[in-house]
Amino acid sequence: MLWDLGSVLMFMVTSLVIIGITLLIAKLFRRDNPTEEKLTSYECGEDPVGNPWVQFNIRFYVVALIFLIFEVEIVFLYPWATVFKEMGFFTFVEMMIFVGILLVGYAYVWVKGDLNWVLPKPKYTADFDYSNVPRFKKPDAEKARKLQAVE
Amino acid sequence: MESFVFYIFAFMVVAGGWVVIYSNNLIYSAFSLLFTFVGLAGLYGLLMADFIAATQILIYAGGVLILLLFGIMLTARKTSIEITQSNLPRLPGAIISSLIFLLLMVVIFSEPNWNSATNPGVKETVPVIGKLLMTKYLIPFELASILLLAALIGSVFIARREDS
Repeated sequence: MLWDLGSVLMFMVTSLVIIGITLLIAKLFRRDNPTEEKLTSYECGEDPVGNPWVQFNIRFYVVALIFLIFEVEIVFLYPWATVFKEMGFFTFVEMMIFVGILLVGYAYVWVKGDLNWVLPKPKYTADFDYSNVPRFKKPDAEKARKLQAVE
Repeated sequence: MESFVFYIFAFMVVAGGWVVIYSNNLIYSAFSLLFTFVGLAGLYGLLMADFIAATQILIYAGGVLILLLFGIMLTARKTSIEITQSNLPRLPGAIISSLIFLLLMVVIFSEPNWNSATNPGVKETVPVIGKLLMTKYLIPFELASILLLAALIGSVFIARREDS
């Protein structure tokens, strides 16, 4: 294969081979003594609880949809970028029209708030009443004055 | 050498597709779809279709698959229900796919001169595509952006969670 994709293929094959050899060497030299504790998921010392397959936020999906559309745009940009230099200014205008039409969609999702990341409402905001939480109780003024007097 | 590479990619495609269909876990199915997509990109590359190969990697392996995985992970609210797939209508599926296979075989073997076509030589297709998009197929190219715009707004409108 006298072609650029051949080098891409060689790159992929080389990386796979290097990873394989590294893992093989590690396999040959390491001690293998698994216990039940060693085989559990690593959770910083905690016992893992529940299913790791948690539900994702729906926001990810909307962002992924928008990402996919603009990726298709990139696919159109790619052949344009290879001929842009020799074909001159008019192609630039053509592509700007193309991108401009898509920017309308971008403005739409921006204005409609689909890109806003809705955060869960934090419990401890500035106006939260800390006086009932034991560890945030204000220091006893009377006690403090007495302590100062003693000193 | 080329046929060897072809068989590797073809094996990737077929094995990936096999796992997609027969795996009991949808996550495994989605991940093995990655092998199918990458193998297809390799096959396109072997056919000297560099633009299609790049598109395949970018859009299918990089975009559609992510969307699929998000779709699966978004639906996993109840852990008690195992999300699996059931390919129940096996007989109709077998009949349809064998008919398609038969059709393909007939077309392939009724075409007489597969090997006699002269090799036009290896050429990069991307600049040619770029030139055609900017001159002859300019109107479809700009229309494609309108289509993309409609797809963007429509999909976001459907996927948006309405706070009613």
